[in-house]
Amino acid sequence: MLDGVLLGLSTALSMQNIILVIAGCLIGTLIGMLPGLGPMSIIAIMIPIAIKIGDPSSALILLAGVYYGAIFGGSTSSILINAPGVAGTVATSFDGYPMARKGEAGKALTIAAIASFSGGTVGAVLLMGFAPALSSVALLFHSAEYFALMVVGLSAIAAFAGTGRVVKAMMMTVIGLIMATVGESALFNAPRFTMGLQDLQSGLNFITIAMALFALPEALFLVLNPKRGKIEGTSGKIDNLRISRKEARQIAPVIARQSIQGFLIGVMPGAGATIASFLGYAVERNIAKGEDQDEFGKGSVKGLAAPETANNAACTGSFVPLLTLGIPGSGTTAILLGALIALNIDPGPRLMIDHPDTFWSVIISMYFGNVILLMLNLPMIPYIAKLLTIPRNYLIPFILFFTMIGSYIGQNNATELLILAGLGVFATILRFADYPLPPLLIGFILGGMLEDNFARAINLTDGASFMYERPMTLGLLIIGVGLIALPAYRRRRARALAKGVAPGD
Amino acid sequence: MTLDKAIAVLFLLIALIYGYASFTYHLLPFERNMSFLPNTFPKALSVLAIILSLIIIVTPKPAGDSDEPGDMDIKKLGRYNIMQASGMIIAMVLYALLLRPIGFIPATIGFLVGTGWILGERKLHYMIAIAAIGTVSIWYLVQETLGIYLKPLPWFM
Repeated sequence: MLDGVLLGLSTALSMQNIILVIAGCLIGTLIGMLPGLGPMSIIAIMIPIAIKIGDPSSALILLAGVYYGAIFGGSTSSILINAPGVAGTVATSFDGYPMARKGEAGKALTIAAIASFSGGTVGAVLLMGFAPALSSVALLFHSAEYFALMVVGLSAIAAFAGTGRVVKAMMMTVIGLIMATVGESALFNAPRFTMGLQDLQSGLNFITIAMALFALPEALFLVLNPKRGKIEGTSGKIDNLRISRKEARQIAPVIARQSIQGFLIGVMPGAGATIASFLGYAVERNIAKGEDQDEFGKGSVKGLAAPETANNAACTGSFVPLLTLGIPGSGTTAILLGALIALNIDPGPRLMIDHPDTFWSVIISMYFGNVILLMLNLPMIPYIAKLLTIPRNYLIPFILFFTMIGSYIGQNNATELLILAGLGVFATILRFADYPLPPLLIGFILGGMLEDNFARAINLTDGASFMYERPMTLGLLIIGVGLIALPAYRRRRARALAKGVAPGD
Repeated sequence: MTLDKAIAVLFLLIALIYGYASFTYHLLPFERNMSFLPNTFPKALSVLAIILSLIIIVTPKPAGDSDEPGDMDIKKLGRYNIMQASGMIIAMVLYALLLRPIGFIPATIGFLVGTGWILGERKLHYMIAIAAIGTVSIWYLVQETLGIYLKPLPWFM
């Protein structure tokens, strides 16, 4: 492991990569602050640039920097104007905005920055321990286990979709898998389901799909509802960035607990920064006693530190399944996975062996990224926050334009833009109907791999007997089914309870 | 019928068409002896999709279904700016159709100014200046830094 760390250090400390971390964090913070652009959209826009860089380590370092920069930027707008740019920072506004209204905006930003820094750093340390361990186990996996593992990943994503949405999430996953079968696959080399259209022969482009699913609906919502992302009474100047010793003592245990809890939630597929931040907030409110508890929601420093620590730790945690198993746990990591595939890197347990420089330099660069967020972005926040005053008449056209150019320059094909507009409208309607969209993208990205591994396993055993003959495959498949069945069972029981049926039947 | 059920019906239709296409998939002669066929996985997916869409259609919507905080609500549809949003979509389609013939720079400036106008911006001199500066600098970045060719000007120039 020490070799790896040293290799990672030497790669991450090259001039180019340091500049890329700084650039990534800055771009992420700037854009993450704007309403309507979350980390997924920003990363999707940055992918052509990352691919142009060519070196996978540098590309991933840039994109990871953008990712946590965006989460940090999202907290800033949550605190200052009560308009979270990112779902993972909604919980931040519960206590951050009241603090800002009390004239403590500077203090709130400092606490958010320290909490993010600690969460991210503890997350990176845990990632360093977790990832290689999981990688060495994953090396024992065979295509049958891979297939089963992806089934577990996809069902976990559906299971975490929330009550009443599990079937919808599964439906979206299957639609994503169906979309992945369009075009030529690696195993068959003959076009399938292209409806005779030449433009579909190489399959649908994942950047277009990512833009259509996430960036476009957000932009359209900004148009539909002018109140969304509008400044509701700014809190005035950001002056005093200092926090007192007493406050530091108050938030220290919160940060310690939430770093670990957030990381563990982030590792689970499907439960990303959003769930981690809400859960972190809820847990800390329950732990707090007396006056401390009453303070929550009115500008408690603990209530601000908890979700901020948890969401950054979870962002780092979500890299564990991505780097070790090649299975993305969230929409954002799914886009990162797509970028890695485009850079000719096969993510999975072999990543640590075949591309140790990429593997380790990304982890090491996370430390730098967190330091940069704390040292560079925090003092600059008062100036960056000016961005929030851009009028929407200027902002929205540019957001739409960036969405289109992101999917256009990858392929240089104007048909992509028509697909983007069509899918974007459909995705907006799906959001209205409360269908979760990340499962669709994850299904689409995993579809090819899922089918290839399934085919390989069937070819090797000449039938589907591998599903019950290999104990590890069987175990994983049972977990997958259990993940889906459990929420359905609990929902049925909750409904029965509501009707007055006694529990235990 | 609520919107989510209507969408489930649409998914059911898609699944049926997809299922038909995968069950009647024309196999090449050498493919017939393979144990895993190009339509094996699609067949399974279509069956799964049909079952799931039927479940969504028949299960009643749970009471007290709370939305995500800050998410959009179909019940408030009447209060939203539907016309502006449709204008954005039409502008995007026009942009897609015009990008090649009239070139990147005119198409983009036109798109930015047009969508700004739809959103209610009436200070056109500002908007055109900002759009022109933004477009040319992005064109320069993409073309020169990323090395991706974008035809800047119309076909006759």
